[in-house]
Amino acid sequence: MKSLLATLALTTALTLPSLAMARPVTLTATLNNYGGDGAYLALYVTDTSGAYVGSLWMAGGKSKYYEHLTDWYRATGGDTAQVNGITGASIGAGRTLEITLDLADALFDAGYTLHIDAAVEDMRDSPNEVAVPLTTDGAGTSVPGRRYVASFAYDM
Amino acid sequence: MIRALHRWPGLLALVLVTILSLSGAALSVFPAAERLAAPQAETELTVATLADRIQLVYPGVEQIRRSPSGQITAYWFDQGTPGAAVIDPATGEGVASADPNQVERWITNLHRSLFLGDGGRIAMAAGAAAMLVLSLSGAALVARRTGGWRHWFAPLRGPLAGRLHVEIARIAVVGLLLSSTTALWMTASTFDLLPDGGAPPAFPAEVSNETGVALDRLAGLSEIPVADLRELSFPYPGDTTDVFTLKTDRGTGYLDQGDGALLAWADLTGWERVSETIYMLHTGQGAAVLGLVLGLMALGVPAMGATGVLIWLAGRRARPRIRGNQPAGRAGTILLVGSEGGSTWGFAATLHAALTQAGQSVHVGPMSGFAPERYTRAERIILLAATYGDGAAPASAKGFLDRLNAFDRVPDMPIAVLGFGDRSFPAFCAFAKDVAAAAQAKGWPELLPLETVDRQSPQDFARWGRALGDALRIDLELSHQPVLPKTETLTLVSRRDYGAEVQAPTAILRFALPRVTLWQRLVGAGFARFEAGDLIGVLPEGSAVPRLYSLASARCDGFIEIVVKKHPGGLCSGQLTALEPGDTVTAFLRRNPGFRPGPSRAPLILIGAGTGIGPLAGFVRGNTRRRPIHLFFGMRHPKSDFFYGEELPAWQDEERLVRLVMAVSRVEHPHYVQDALRDDAAQVTRLIRDGARVMVCGGREMAAGVADTLAEILAPAGLTPAVLKAEGRYVEDVY
Repeated sequence: MKSLLATLALTTALTLPSLAMARPVTLTATLNNYGGDGAYLALYVTDTSGAYVGSLWMAGGKSKYYEHLTDWYRATGGDTAQVNGITGASIGAGRTLEITLDLADALFDAGYTLHIDAAVEDMRDSPNEVAVPLTTDGAGTSVPGRRYVASFAYDM
Repeated sequence: MIRALHRWPGLLALVLVTILSLSGAALSVFPAAERLAAPQAETELTVATLADRIQLVYPGVEQIRRSPSGQITAYWFDQGTPGAAVIDPATGEGVASADPNQVERWITNLHRSLFLGDGGRIAMAAGAAAMLVLSLSGAALVARRTGGWRHWFAPLRGPLAGRLHVEIARIAVVGLLLSSTTALWMTASTFDLLPDGGAPPAFPAEVSNETGVALDRLAGLSEIPVADLRELSFPYPGDTTDVFTLKTDRGTGYLDQGDGALLAWADLTGWERVSETIYMLHTGQGAAVLGLVLGLMALGVPAMGATGVLIWLAGRRARPRIRGNQPAGRAGTILLVGSEGGSTWGFAATLHAALTQAGQSVHVGPMSGFAPERYTRAERIILLAATYGDGAAPASAKGFLDRLNAFDRVPDMPIAVLGFGDRSFPAFCAFAKDVAAAAQAKGWPELLPLETVDRQSPQDFARWGRALGDALRIDLELSHQPVLPKTETLTLVSRRDYGAEVQAPTAILRFALPRVTLWQRLVGAGFARFEAGDLIGVLPEGSAVPRLYSLASARCDGFIEIVVKKHPGGLCSGQLTALEPGDTVTAFLRRNPGFRPGPSRAPLILIGAGTGIGPLAGFVRGNTRRRPIHLFFGMRHPKSDFFYGEELPAWQDEERLVRLVMAVSRVEHPHYVQDALRDDAAQVTRLIRDGARVMVCGGREMAAGVADTLAEILAPAGLTPAVLKAEGRYVEDVY
């Protein structure tokens, strides 16, 4: 279980309530069989105005490919410090990414949006592959991505 | 040292470099195939027009990419469904699938990581590093073998595996160096060990917040030719803050979707350009022809791996275990070996065994371990010295001469030097001669004068052994058998006799071809394939030491023919000249690739005397292409030893032979081949100046006389036999 809270607190100007007010959230993204190498996925959050708040997870270890996660890269300037300690392996076609994080309660029902940018070698870049509002009601609801993600859901 | 740096990485990384090179060669085909298959844009087509055409067909277009091959791919969404296709720039329509080629993807993953992720990437990088070390050490070895970098492409001699190995290497090494260094660079870049390239420009904070600009009004887009395009990304529909992103060969920029203005631009950095060039050199993407050439060169790697292993095995096999080797401090005889491939160690083992049997205590070691202060009980030092390439010290004798020259006082015990070499090399036994000369210059007492062994000849070695035995006052019979090939039984079919009148009974013996197995035929082993000038080793009854004879026929002649003179008391020649049709001998074939006329059409000057005429007659017989051949033939008397006297006129009529010059020695005014050459000096010089090849076969003294005479004749033309030898245009087969 990774603690996102500290990261968010460090990387954003957003003032979060006390650390105690956080809960474990499981993020599940299943990829379709797109017929390519492992996909890089960047999971991050934006606020009501669409401004970048912080990163939740980076699937894919080689920072030289991050520029293909176009929106994330644009928002962060490719700053790898944004994903320090929350980086894992890229996800193969047809495989599932499942991570559990401690997310601040304040992120829910407050207009925040969770985004996934995806990229695959020699295939199209897919920024904003998934964009779902973070709401308590939306938890457990599966949504499809645009190109690579067959389904994505967050569970509390 | 260099050899060890070549051998061990080679053997250890053999599997890795083989996989790397085969997969690399396979991958090299894809960029070329893509280049051929991709519909190319007309030269004056601009990015704006192309984007327009594509947007017309695919209104939801999101991105357009151009690969270095010129292939244009578009990605779009059509009512939420993603689509992609290779685009024909002339129409903007999709013409082929944009999905990655699954075969290429599979081979790529094998090539870069063995399907093992980062661990596999590191393993393959180690393979590339091994390839780099092998290329560098191999290049140093080639330079040493050919006698320097300037002689990189000098003709090669020696066993087939070794020659093939070097022939492939000296062409492929350029590609392998390039591929392995670029591979290491790319791995380092993948693992973030190299500084990042540049970053795209900062995303503009202020945009016009308008949308709907016409594509041809986007800044610069109407001027940029498609050939410069890398990528054009469209803004998200409905997002007024988004922009067009343009990547070209020069850099990256953002364009406003309302007024088309250039909002930000960043040029490619020098570092990025270097990285891109390296990527192109490695993958061939954007340089398809280079990629194919590199792929072809990579194909040499498995062949070099196989021949390399053969060379290593041959060296190991040739180097036997020496049983009962005495420590240097206790031995009476110190036997030091200077060997490159290992065959000289075999001779050392035979000598060690024979001396030990004769009651001597013998220490065998490499010449590089020369340490006279340790030889406290030694009474003599024997050096068996081969030569590497153009006169260099062989591997196990490195540093010997330096150490010898550094001594103020040489040891008291006398020294004997035996050189091993191949007369077809210009620097025959050059290292042994250097050692003997250095020892003499230091005033080192001599046990025996310098002797030489040509092409591992057991006879030469046995002769020297008898001289050594005499010097030591022991009976020394050295019967060395350099790993004998498989023997065959040959049946005599006919014989022609000559020379009885001049006390030199000689016979041309013709044997039937032995039955050849299917395997021999497939691999060309044994008597399945041979040329005139190759050798047969005959094993006489009562001796294990084979005697070598030059072949006067090729496989296609349908028989095996040799010319044998009966030597008084000669065991093998006695048995051979006593054969009657139907009788058999035991023999094997030994190739002699250094003594071939070669495929050239340049004139041939063949010089031979006595039985040396055998292979030369074979060359003439096989000259169906009517290459101009001039034959200088030394004999005692035309009535007694004019071998092939029946055939030669007929061959002349058929133009297989242009001219026959006879030199007769048993007449009132004796005439030798040297004299015949001198008489014909003008024409010989002209022929040689025009590229003729000289081949000499016969006794050692005759060959030396011929070389001296030619040196004299050619001096005015500024040529010497040594220069011709170095060019491979002067070859000898001497006995």
